[in-house]
Amino acid sequence: MAILRNKLRPFSAAYVGLAGIVVLAACLGCGQSYGQSHGQTTNSCLDCHSALPDPLGVTQEKFSQDIHAQQGLTCASCHGGDPTSDDPDKAMSRKAGWKGKIDRKQVTELCGSCHSDPAYIRQFNPSLRTDQLSQYRTSVHGKRFAAGDTKVAVCTDCHSVHDIRPPSDPRSTVYPVNVAKTCSRCHADADYMKGYSIPTDQFAKYSTSVHHQALAVRGDLSAPTCSTCHGNHGAVPPGVDKVQNVCSNCHAFQAQMYEKSTHKKAFEAASLPGCVVCHSNHGIRHPTDAYLGTGPDAVCMQCHSPGDACDQARAGLLSGLTQLDEANKTADQVLRVAEASGMEVSEARLGQDQARDSLTKARVAIHSFQKNLVDEYIQAGLKIAAKNLQAGKQAMVERNYRRVGLGISLLAIGIVLAGLRLYIKKIES
Amino acid sequence: MFAAIRRWLDERFDWDDLIAPLRHKTVPTHRLSYWYFLGGITLFLFVIQVLTGILLLLYYRPGANEAFESVQYIMTRVRFGWLIRSIHSWSANLMIFTAFAHMFSVLFLKAYRKPRELTWISGVLLLFLVMGFGFSGYLLPWNTLAYFATTVGTAITGQVPIVGRPMMIFLRGGPEVTGATLTRFFGFHVAVLPGIATVLLLLHLLLVQRLGMSIPPKLEVQWTANPSARREMKFFPNFLLRELMAWYVALGALGALAAVFPWDLGVKADPFGSAPAGIKPEWYFLFMFQTLKLIPSKVWFVDGEVLGVLGFGLVGLLWLLLPFFESDQPSHMKRWITGLAVFALAYVAGMTAYGYLAK
Repeated sequence: MAILRNKLRPFSAAYVGLAGIVVLAACLGCGQSYGQSHGQTTNSCLDCHSALPDPLGVTQEKFSQDIHAQQGLTCASCHGGDPTSDDPDKAMSRKAGWKGKIDRKQVTELCGSCHSDPAYIRQFNPSLRTDQLSQYRTSVHGKRFAAGDTKVAVCTDCHSVHDIRPPSDPRSTVYPVNVAKTCSRCHADADYMKGYSIPTDQFAKYSTSVHHQALAVRGDLSAPTCSTCHGNHGAVPPGVDKVQNVCSNCHAFQAQMYEKSTHKKAFEAASLPGCVVCHSNHGIRHPTDAYLGTGPDAVCMQCHSPGDACDQARAGLLSGLTQLDEANKTADQVLRVAEASGMEVSEARLGQDQARDSLTKARVAIHSFQKNLVDEYIQAGLKIAAKNLQAGKQAMVERNYRRVGLGISLLAIGIVLAGLRLYIKKIES
Repeated sequence: MFAAIRRWLDERFDWDDLIAPLRHKTVPTHRLSYWYFLGGITLFLFVIQVLTGILLLLYYRPGANEAFESVQYIMTRVRFGWLIRSIHSWSANLMIFTAFAHMFSVLFLKAYRKPRELTWISGVLLLFLVMGFGFSGYLLPWNTLAYFATTVGTAITGQVPIVGRPMMIFLRGGPEVTGATLTRFFGFHVAVLPGIATVLLLLHLLLVQRLGMSIPPKLEVQWTANPSARREMKFFPNFLLRELMAWYVALGALGALAAVFPWDLGVKADPFGSAPAGIKPEWYFLFMFQTLKLIPSKVWFVDGEVLGVLGFGLVGLLWLLLPFFESDQPSHMKRWITGLAVFALAYVAGMTAYGYLAK
């Protein structure tokens, strides 16, 4: 090793200038070189590079975390050369196919040389897609990159280099919970994004959203992050007319209702982005009934005028929702008190789930903006809530009846006790 | 009319002669006489258990698919079903409490010594049986807490070396707690345990009747030295009437508890669900449960839980044989037994409180 290091020393300064190590474990070796590289476990590169400072340094520990290393690929799979040789001259000889630092412009093609080859990828993971590169070429990133803009993201910007982990690994930069932060490294950097006519507050807004809350706080991995709506390799902003399609991937019922609404045509005619008009995009909050109101959270009144036909319809819808919400709260309250009094009201408590479901369905039906549809759920919910409220009230009547019975019984017992005491006194006197 | 019935019985069964011992039976009167009521109260609560248990049997259906629903039906649909079930549950807990209190009163009053060794043994066995009633009855509503408490409880039985696992399989009716366990526990609760308890109870009462009430040693010395200081009351009717008053008080307390705090039904057991966090057994098993939790997993080379289970078994056996370590002479009473009783009471109470408060 000492000999090796001495041999390497004169080279290292020159190579530091050449630069970063880059990559591309993601870009596994190309199909043609697979026969030589796959299964190659001797890796003399790390003997020296693990001792070098950044950007040339790659430790064994770091590289061993890489999915490609775990599959048996080595530095040579991307960088070429002869990792079996202990002689740096031979290991890094152009004759042996050594490429040195991978130029940023070559990164996507290098990665794609393996990841676009189904036959090759199938050997490692038959379910892994192989359309990343073709998708990338359709993305804003890919198009700009093809036009010569090297600031846009390439594979390694999102997936990292030398310690690339699968997306299912919580430490991966593309694990669902980490995706927004990965995107924000560029998209929230106002200096970096200078020159692009897009805002840089998406991440800040997303961090306040109900989606972020679900994903990052509750740990619900099905909750959306940037790539859920924008795509990943083929990332583009959803067009104004396609927003509804994106949201409906998850919010299917709301989308069905929206299809029936008059707003759909109106928004399309005005080139307004569907769901986003009322719910915004990155900073989506948990919707409340106040959206239908006239207060600070009202969304209807942003377009409609007070007193017009739509305003009256809005008031009707809000009134129905409020009525059912209040009915549910009242029934819940009475049932809670009855339960706390030890009354058996589990059936009614369970029934309240149906009443709450009706309210949820009514809120979903709001997206149709058709009062008859919303009323259908409201009336069903009110009926259930009334029945459960009645059960709660009956339980309270029963509770009071029991307590009166207890009082009478205790009085009777008290009288008997007093009688017994007097009788004992009498017979003992 | 009563006189006619009595005469009728007397002609055939010599009734007067039959109840003569009751007429002549006396109860010592002193400042600690109130402790004598505890046995009677426990007996009263046992009778309540039997009566309410029979009424519950009219509607209860043992089976994993029916048990919970049948108890729910009793609580919500059957007229006064809630009262019967709540009284049954509260009475069970009060009975275990009064049985413990009765045992400790006997211990502190030294009523277990010769010639009452068998009375003590039958009493302690009855206490164990009562706890068995509690354990088997707890599962019958087939709710989540009961299910997991039984899983934990029977698993502890499985820790006993050699016979533990067969015992656990026998109790559960298989390797897991299932509907088979429920029907088995139902059988124990309404047939096996009541049968044994009735025999032991009759023996216990017979011995109490035969040997009379024990007098605390100090008082016994004083009364032997000065017979004129001896105070007694007739068992019938004087003591029995007072006992009756105690029963009425117990009845009032039961009614109040049942009406104000009806026994909770809980949520139906789901064998595939996860155990509720911080699950604990019923309060009367809590001191043992907490002790087992505090024992390290390994004590030298022995498994901690096994050591704990064996330890409790040994303590139970020695507890049963306690009278044989005691002198029958009031002047030679063993102080260490009183010390042990104080320690046992403090330990049970302390560990129960600790187990209740611990997370």
